[in-house]
Order: sequence, then C-alpha cells, then structure tokens
Amino acid sequence: MSVARISEKGKSRVVDAMIEGGGRSIEFGPDRPLRLDSGADLSPLTIAYQTYGRLNEARSNAVLICHALTGDQHAANTHPATGKPGWWDIMIGPGKPIDTDRFFVICSNVIGGCMGSTGPSSENPATGEPYALDLPVITVRDMVRAQAMLVDELGIETLFCVAGGSMGGMQVLQWAASYPQRVFSALPIATAAKHSAQNIAFHEVGRQAVMADPDWCGGNYLNEEQSPKKGLAVARMAAHITYLSETALHRKFGRNLQDRETLTFGFDADFQIESYLRYQGMTFVDRFDANSYLYLTRAMDYFDLVSDYDGNLANAFMGTETRFCLVSFTSDWLFPTEANRDIVHALNAAGAHVSFVEVETDRGHDAFLLDEPELFDTVRGFLTAAAKARGI
Amino acid sequence: MAIIAETAPPAGALTNAADERVDHAFICDYVSNGAKVLDVGCEDGTLLSRLLKERAVDGRGIEISQRRVNECVARGLFVVQGDADADLKNYPDDAFDYVILSQTIQATKKPKEVVSELLRIGRKAIVSFPNFGHWRVRFSLLFTGRMPVTRTLPEPWYETQNIHFCTIRDFVMMVEELGAHVEAEAAFSSRGRRLEAVENLTLTNMFASQAVFVLCR
Repeated sequence: MSVARISEKGKSRVVDAMIEGGGRSIEFGPDRPLRLDSGADLSPLTIAYQTYGRLNEARSNAVLICHALTGDQHAANTHPATGKPGWWDIMIGPGKPIDTDRFFVICSNVIGGCMGSTGPSSENPATGEPYALDLPVITVRDMVRAQAMLVDELGIETLFCVAGGSMGGMQVLQWAASYPQRVFSALPIATAAKHSAQNIAFHEVGRQAVMADPDWCGGNYLNEEQSPKKGLAVARMAAHITYLSETALHRKFGRNLQDRETLTFGFDADFQIESYLRYQGMTFVDRFDANSYLYLTRAMDYFDLVSDYDGNLANAFMGTETRFCLVSFTSDWLFPTEANRDIVHALNAAGAHVSFVEVETDRGHDAFLLDEPELFDTVRGFLTAAAKARGI
Repeated sequence: MAIIAETAPPAGALTNAADERVDHAFICDYVSNGAKVLDVGCEDGTLLSRLLKERAVDGRGIEISQRRVNECVARGLFVVQGDADADLKNYPDDAFDYVILSQTIQATKKPKEVVSELLRIGRKAIVSFPNFGHWRVRFSLLFTGRMPVTRTLPEPWYETQNIHFCTIRDFVMMVEELGAHVEAEAAFSSRGRRLEAVENLTLTNMFASQAVFVLCR
C-alpha cells in the first residue's frame, strides 16, 4: 500500500491511498468518527472507492454511484476477485450513458460491506480481532453519511448526480433527503422508500440460512478459521430467485434437464434451474462475507424514509431543487413499479422536478444491471439534459 | 368502413396551414413567461418543448403511453407515466400556474372530475378539445346514421380511445356546473383558422372544429 495523500483537517488525520487490486481507500482517523443511527461511533473508518473519468475544474461533474446489496465499488473496472467486468460496466464508461469522458464517476464500497470499507470483517480496534457481530448495526443513512465524508474529502461540494438501483436507489433517496443542496440530480432505479414486509421476509430467510450453518460459529467464523459457505450459498440461491421473474426463469430454463436425458430419481441437480442456482450460490461465497450479508440486509430492512419523515414521504423532499428521474421494471416483484410510483407521487406532492419511466421487460429486478436499451436511453437523456442545465 | 371513411368529412384537422397545432399556438401565446405548467396527456412532449423554448416555463408532464414518456425523458423533459383520471389527486392544491389538457379530455373516464382536479392543482386550466357539435359531424350523423370517422378521429366507435366526446355547448354547461369561470376562449375552423365572435355560442358550436378554453376558479 502506497500512501498517496495525507490531509489534516482540524485535528484529524485522513489517509487516502491506492489499494491492492485497484482503486483507492480513505481512512478517517480516531478524531473523525462516524456517528451511527444506532448511537454508536464507528472509528477508525475506512472507505474503499473507485473513480473513473476526471473531475473538472469547477468540480461540478461528479457522479456518485451507489451499489446494491451484493455490489461493490468495482462498478466499471475488472473485478479483482472474479476477473469479470464491473457490475455496471454496461452503463459507465467512455461514450456510455454515464459517460466518463464527461463525468467524474465515484463508487464506494458501503460501510458494512466486505470489499475494503469498514465492515464486520474489519479489525475492531478495541480487541484487535475482526468485529464480527460487535460491529454496530449500520443503516442506509449511515452509508450515506460515510459517502458524504468521502465526497467532502474529494473536495466536491455538489454532486452532479447520485445514481443507483435497489439498495443503491435507497441511498440515492437518502442522499436527496439528507443533502438536497448537494445533489443536483438523482437517479433512483428499481427501489422503494421503505422495505416491504415481503422483502424483509426474504432477507430473514437468508440470514437464518447463514446462521443455521454450524461453520458460522455464532458470527466468529474468521477467528475459528471457518466459513459458513453452505448457509451463505443457500441465502444467495433464495435471494437470486427474487431478482428474476417467473417468465424469465421459464424462458431461460423451463423444465430443461441438466446434462442428462431423464430424471435420476434422486436429489442431484436434475433441472437446469437447480444447477444454475447452485452455481450462483457457490460463486457468491468466494467473493462475499457472510456477516456483511447479515448487516447489509438488515440495513435495507431498517430503511423507511416514510416513517423518518412523519409518515409523509413528501416531507422528505419539500422544497427540493434536485432533478429526479425514477425507473422501474414491469416484471420486478421485489421493488415493483408501485413502490417506485409511490416515490414519484411524493415528489409530485413536494413540487419536485421528476420524471418516471417504467421499462417493459421480463427480466425482473435484475433488469437494472442488464442490457435494457430503454433504461440506457432514459439515463442518457436525463443526464444530458441535466448536464446542460448544470453547464457541463 | 372504407365508404364511411371516404364520405364522412373531417371534423377538422388539428393543425393549420403551417402544420402547427392551432391549440398549441394559442396556448403558447397565452401562457406567461416562466410560469409553472403541467401538461396532462403531453404525448411526445411537443407542446412542453415549445413552452420551454418560447416561454421558459417550469414544465412537467403526465403521459399514459410509456413509449412517449421515454421519448420525453430522452428530450430532457420532466414527465411521469400516469393518467389524468388516476394521478392528478397526488398533486397538491395550487401546485401550478397552468394545467393543460390538450386534446385529451375526450379520452378521460371522468371528464368533469378531471377538470375539477385541474382547477384545484392549477390556478388556471387550459382545455382544448374537438367539437362534436361541428356541422359536419351533425351532417354525417344525420345522413349516414353512423358515428363519424374523420381524419383526426380515424378509429371506428368500437376501437376509439375517445370515450367522452362533447360539443362546445356541452363543455360550457359543464364549466357552469363546476362553478368555474371562462377567462378566455378560442375556436378554430376545420382549416385551423381562428373564428371570430365566439360569444355567439350557437354559431361557434356549429362552425368550430375545435376549441380552447382557459378556465379559472
């Protein structure tokens, strides 16, 4: 690790450095703790992040990308762990809808995550051991506060755009509610202002799968040199179904058999869909931390911007000058169009500038990560118009 | 079908000789600079773009067709997918200076409630609509005994989206029932020429192919 920049702000010490595997990492010293919603302080605080493109002289072209539950800061570069393209490589890059020839794109790993930002696998300064379950519960608002510290440190006052889907969309909404002056435009995709009972239910199934794995060791698997891979894989398999749609599953897999002519009358993966889900589960555990999965699903469960603003979401956006564009997908049953439309109605009630596009697709919630031309046209059109209004 | 289409005369084109929507031209003249405007049923954003360019309005739109909403967003307009019957209730009172319903009222399920909502969320409502009292429509119904099929309303009765046609007289009566006031009105011939003497309702209702009303509470 080579230290690139050390800045002094007041008494605090901030270290911004290149990290192995690409990207950067910023550490806020003991004098700059992050006060969490739970009341606890998180310190020291590390935020791992990536940037693409160049910040212009006016510092007016920064786009903050917020990742989803199992995403990370590697939005548009080859992922250091999997070797695959970034999760939004299709959206971010030179000439792409989020055009890095034009915009300075920042994407940071959320706190509670496992790709370099402070999370349950980070060292607890009190014990010298990994936090595990001693890490305080993190909320979406905490994630956003941490991002604001990073954005401050990068010397950016107002973000040109904050964009993201799913849990990333929740962060976008939180940014727009918490820091309206700092968000010129907001692009929440396939998201909701509050996590639904059904979604909390699915998350609970995932967490119980992790905790039921004996190798989870009550959360202490790192000290015990174990890994609750089976539990985490099951959690991922269950969650993955919710990211798709019945139509897409039928189209892709139907009842097709996996490398065999007939049923085996056993419990092997006879069907292609079984084989596919097992693969999804297996590959996930190689890149994701089980405790992070618990923390981040919890953060989503706790997200309720409506109750944060006295039961009226419009209060969250009253008087906002941020330009909004929301996108939903017809076959998304995790964050259905109605959940997105509720946000649009609140924004209308608040007198905000808002566009809303529902993209017709059978690919379910995952559509926001896929090649959806209508999504690209929308993002490009929205950002181009916003850039014109911003003078960039 | 073909016979009807040929023999039924047009109730009037929506455009004038310059191929410009006459109701749009009137609305653009009427709306004040920098006003806050909602265009309900904004289609591909033609009017909103024009208002933005000529009047520097703070404009928003509602459009039922997703494809058109996407076109609008790609043009940089603020448009949400929705429809007049269902979505106006989400807007607060006095949210806009002008709420425009251009050639859309006949496609709404509850036109009277929609106009009432327009007048709640906007200080002024501008409504343009085709006049079913035009003499050619009357003539067509009288002599063919069938619902008119025209250039601007090309679908037969069983396929049309337009479920609530009215005449200018019908509209004026509804406005009275709502207790609203007509601040301005314009009527246009089938060639897109503005008719004079609109105060003579009987003549206007006979010879206008479309009308634009500016309403206030």
